Amino acid sequence: MIIKLFGIVEEIIGEKEIRISLKENTSILDLKAILLEKYPNLKDIKAFAFAINETYATDNEILKETDIVAIIPPVSGG
Amino acid sequence: MQNIDIAISNKKLSVEDCSDFVKEPNCGAINLFVGTVRNQTNKKEVTKLDFSSYEPMALKEMQKIAEKALDKFDISKIAIHHFVGELQIGEIPVIIAVSSAHRTAGFEACQFAIDTLKETVPIWKKEYFVDGSVWVNATP
Repeated sequence: MIIKLFGIVEEIIGEKEIRISLKENTSILDLKAILLEKYPNLKDIKAFAFAINETYATDNEILKETDIVAIIPPVSGG
Repeated sequence: MQNIDIAISNKKLSVEDCSDFVKEPNCGAINLFVGTVRNQTNKKEVTKLDFSSYEPMALKEMQKIAEKALDKFDISKIAIHHFVGELQIGEIPVIIAVSSAHRTAGFEACQFAIDTLKETVPIWKKEYFVDGSVWVNATP
């Protein structure tokens, strides 16, 4: 699965997107734990949310291989 | 939709475009919010800003805000334009225009739209100072 990265997350990881293979029934919360283990510097960010298919996702949503996933660091538009 | 105009652009935003879009003969008011780049943050001099977005999602979230504003307030039309790219002091990152028969609904809808945009739309601002840069809101 491809995960899109933006803003400070893109800067911390140093890529615009990363590829991760997930077990079946992985939830957003599981993915968050996997990412924090793989990229401990993500802990420096105040908080981050996820989007599935361009919509904010809740913690217990289950990911499908075909989903477009993105990490959404704290927004600061306007 | 005919009564919503949403845009994310790397070209200079136009207050007139937003105002013209919402103008209606049956409206007695056009309410405008124009964001501008401030020259300091916490007394530190800002040299420039750089805005980036997750564009397809940002457009969807801006559309949702416009639809909610039309639903919640007695207004006719709404335009929300946001800039991406680099901006200098005094330049315009965001414009919201709302037309309404009466002014109160317009003020309220405009405030609702900018407050919600700042909370939900995936756009990020990087502030540059003389001695470095920071992603706004991102770190504790």
